Amino acid sequence: MVETALFIVLAVVTVVTAILVIVQRNPVSSAIFLIMTLFSLAGIYLLLNAQFIAVMQVLVYAGAIMVLFLFVIMLLNLEKEKKIITRHRLQKVLGVFLGIILLAQIGWVFNSVLLEGSKGTFPPEKVAGLGNTQVIARLLFTDYLLPFEITSVLLLVAIIGAIVLAKRQI
Amino acid sequence: MISLSSCLILSSVLFTIGVLGFLLRRNIIVIFMSIELMLNAANLAFVSFSRFLNSMDGQIFVFFVMSVAAAEAAVGLAIIIAVYRTKDTVNADEVNLMKW
Repeated sequence: MVETALFIVLAVVTVVTAILVIVQRNPVSSAIFLIMTLFSLAGIYLLLNAQFIAVMQVLVYAGAIMVLFLFVIMLLNLEKEKKIITRHRLQKVLGVFLGIILLAQIGWVFNSVLLEGSKGTFPPEKVAGLGNTQVIARLLFTDYLLPFEITSVLLLVAIIGAIVLAKRQI
Repeated sequence: MISLSSCLILSSVLFTIGVLGFLLRRNIIVIFMSIELMLNAANLAFVSFSRFLNSMDGQIFVFFVMSVAAAEAAVGLAIIIAVYRTKDTVNADEVNLMKW
């Protein structure tokens, strides 16, 4: 009961703040609302028994990435936009049209496909007994070791790329 | 109890909001935030499937998606700074050097 009520509240907050992100005139308030969206998503992850992911969401997304966004917005010293949406009329009409079609398609797929796959080997009781973080860590360092190492290379490439792109003269 | 379909509905609504923001807004930074919204919608779908199918693979995937998102944000914002330096604007309609 409490879970359902919490889920509904968090879902409403998520959707409302997500809409506010894309209708704000000022990019700084867009970023603030996006932070609120990410926080309520972290709450939903907690309700879905994904504690590690919830903490990572707050640390990486709401912490690191959004601070980077706010830094760049302040660095660029933007003036307020007069027209926030595109001036091409065809793009406006097509954009809304495609958005509605996409929503209908996703809803149709989720409705028609059988959502009951074969169950995995980690029922909630077992994960709760071992600890969510421990289970994820064990999988990351055994079954997913190669992707994990490749991620570190990806982050290195991103660091070098960001420095090269943002530097005035190399 | 939360049902799988309610999570998926929330995920698809979030994704559509992200798509609309991407298609309609002209500020590159807001377009970038819409991409983050779409990534988060996908993450929500991963986590809810992982919860309701008793599998941890979805959460591992979310971990990788987050690291890719961090890399993408760093590089993308660097590109935005470079664009602002050359064009003095972050309006996507005015950045048309590679259009023909």
